[in-house]
Amino acid sequence: MQDCIPQNNSKLPSPRITINSSTFLKIKLMIFRKSPLSATLRAALVIPCLLLLSLPLLSQQEDWIRTGTGLGVQKIRLAVPDFKAANQDPKNAELLKTFNETLWNDLDNAGIFDLVSKSFNPLEVPGQPSEVKYDAWTSPPPNASMLTFGNLGVTSDRVAVLGWLYDVKNTAAPQVLGKQYSDAATTDAARLIAHKFADEIIFRLGGGIPGVAESKIYFVSDRTGHKEIWAMDYDGANQRQITHLGAISLSPRISPDNSRLAFSSMGKNGWEIMMYSFDLGRMITFPRFGGTNLSPAWSPDGTHLAFSSSRTGDSDIYLVDASGGDLKRITNEKGPDVSPTWNRKTGAQIAFVSGRTGLPQIYTMEADGTNVQRMTDQGYAVSPNWAPNGQFLAFSWMRKYGPGAPGSNDLYLMDIASKQWVQLTHDGSRNDFPSWSPDGRHIVFQSNRSGTEQIWTMLADGTKVQQLTFTGRNTQPNWSWK
Amino acid sequence: MKQQKIRWITLVFMLAAIMMVAACKKKTPPPPPPAPPPPPAPTASISANPNTIQKGQSTTLSWQTTNAKDVSIDGIGAVQPSGSQQVTPADSTTYHLAAKGDGGTQEATARVTVTAPPPPPPPAPSATEEEMFSQSVKDIFFDYDKYNIRTDQQSSLQGDAQFLSQHSSVTFIIEGHCDERGSTEYNLALGTNRAEAVKSALVQAGVAANRIKTISYGKEKPFCTESNEQCWQQNRRGHFVYSK
Repeated sequence: MQDCIPQNNSKLPSPRITINSSTFLKIKLMIFRKSPLSATLRAALVIPCLLLLSLPLLSQQEDWIRTGTGLGVQKIRLAVPDFKAANQDPKNAELLKTFNETLWNDLDNAGIFDLVSKSFNPLEVPGQPSEVKYDAWTSPPPNASMLTFGNLGVTSDRVAVLGWLYDVKNTAAPQVLGKQYSDAATTDAARLIAHKFADEIIFRLGGGIPGVAESKIYFVSDRTGHKEIWAMDYDGANQRQITHLGAISLSPRISPDNSRLAFSSMGKNGWEIMMYSFDLGRMITFPRFGGTNLSPAWSPDGTHLAFSSSRTGDSDIYLVDASGGDLKRITNEKGPDVSPTWNRKTGAQIAFVSGRTGLPQIYTMEADGTNVQRMTDQGYAVSPNWAPNGQFLAFSWMRKYGPGAPGSNDLYLMDIASKQWVQLTHDGSRNDFPSWSPDGRHIVFQSNRSGTEQIWTMLADGTKVQQLTFTGRNTQPNWSWK
Repeated sequence: MKQQKIRWITLVFMLAAIMMVAACKKKTPPPPPPAPPPPPAPTASISANPNTIQKGQSTTLSWQTTNAKDVSIDGIGAVQPSGSQQVTPADSTTYHLAAKGDGGTQEATARVTVTAPPPPPPPAPSATEEEMFSQSVKDIFFDYDKYNIRTDQQSSLQGDAQFLSQHSSVTFIIEGHCDERGSTEYNLALGTNRAEAVKSALVQAGVAANRIKTISYGKEKPFCTESNEQCWQQNRRGHFVYSK
């Protein structure tokens, strides 16, 4: 993948570093030549990702430094032929279509496979182990290392799916996975089974990191005429309305255990933190704090919420426990403080946005408010979201902000330890509210690149961009923790 | 002598007969006593123009009588036989005129209906106060990403403080608004700081803090939806809303 960041116009050509992780995560870091790649950066980027840092490859022509750990590691070549019908039931066709599409998309979205184009498949595809012809799959054109196959059959009101994952080059003991699923014979169930099977394959072949096919994305949509909180599957399917408040509801944040949804909503007395319980299927009471209360954020253990409140007249970050008690103020600077996000790995730090020096910048601090560090040095930086591995912040940045400046803002990743950053989007539109997938391989965000604000996903290196929503204006996505 | 007796007897008989005959006839009524020449009867009329007034207004009573010696109107007293007078009744009143003369007494009435003023007192001053509020209290505009009161907004602010001090019963909301650029959450926080900045400036100028509520709309309810600086400036403001 070639870099598409425009060349820096400064007299000093800027070296660029590309770091690839073994899991796939490619992070391009653009640094100035003066700042050497620090040991901390290497440690920060490399160790947690189980990386083998390949030595910088100097590209003389471009004066870019290219480095990475996944270089030379091929993506696993996986063949995913359509599952076959197990019997003659007339409902098979509809469910198979949903199942096959979902399974393909899940494996494709995972970003760790080189999928064999279906047109390369042999004419006869297997529906069960006895039908597998190993040579036909291991030789060109499919040239597959792994093969997943199986069958689906509807019997009365139940659907049964048998699925296998075979290491076709290991003919002596080919079976890696053999799974059996049964559920009501509906397309929703077929989609869910495909998600589960895909997650099994991704977990087995993706370095033990659970897949995200069963995860959910919460977001704000105005398609009913009011901004309400909605939910959808990670791939955009199954979009459904959660709140019916008829007001303005914003900033949904799902709890780490998926049981509660915190958000802010404009009530009679202004903006308050609201809480929806998925266990009860309704709103539950949460204290009113007075002033403008915005942008709740769950601690990774689910015991605390950080949020912004102007109850004393100035917007500051506060902490409460999960039921809204034990209110503590942890920032105390003049100027708006908003959009906290916890270090998802440690739960010990909070990143947030502050306008204390003028334009909003990203800061980090300990969860008790000490050791405040400014992370961004210029422009307009908002919407930080802490990566599951604890090492990166994704955020939205308009590096040159001001009257007359171009109105694009892009998504960036920053390495916390070194403050090195890399730009993920380059499309000249407004990209905002990045939110990491639980596996740290994907980012969901809002963008107006299609003309209106919609929800999009991409791999965390900025590739494989997909639009998930199309109706109304859809903003502020929040990816579930699992 | 004897003849004289007979004559008397005859006369008595005749008289008796005549009387008997006369008694059998219908008696003729006696002629009516001659009536004394009657004195002419009085006439009276009274009217009110207009006959429907609003409370506090007056109306003109006009009356005319003839052949009357004593003319009086209840609630006014003795009056000239004919005349007019302005009255300002507090409530609906029936004016009763009595004209007494040698020929008798004649009465006449005029009803004046008093209505409440059409805009009832509470809304009337309130509506004007709200109108005055929206005419007099000027929104405060901000620089982009700023929440300090600009020097060119000080005169608006002083005017606002003056009006609000003079109308000390007015309570109101300051809405903080931002332009469409920038991020939803940060703009809501910025809008809060803008509204609070206007509030604290007014409080410093002597407006009681408990009359002021603040709320932030961020970029959720723009006044202007075009993407240019003129429009953005319209949206970067502290907006006053009358509440009572």
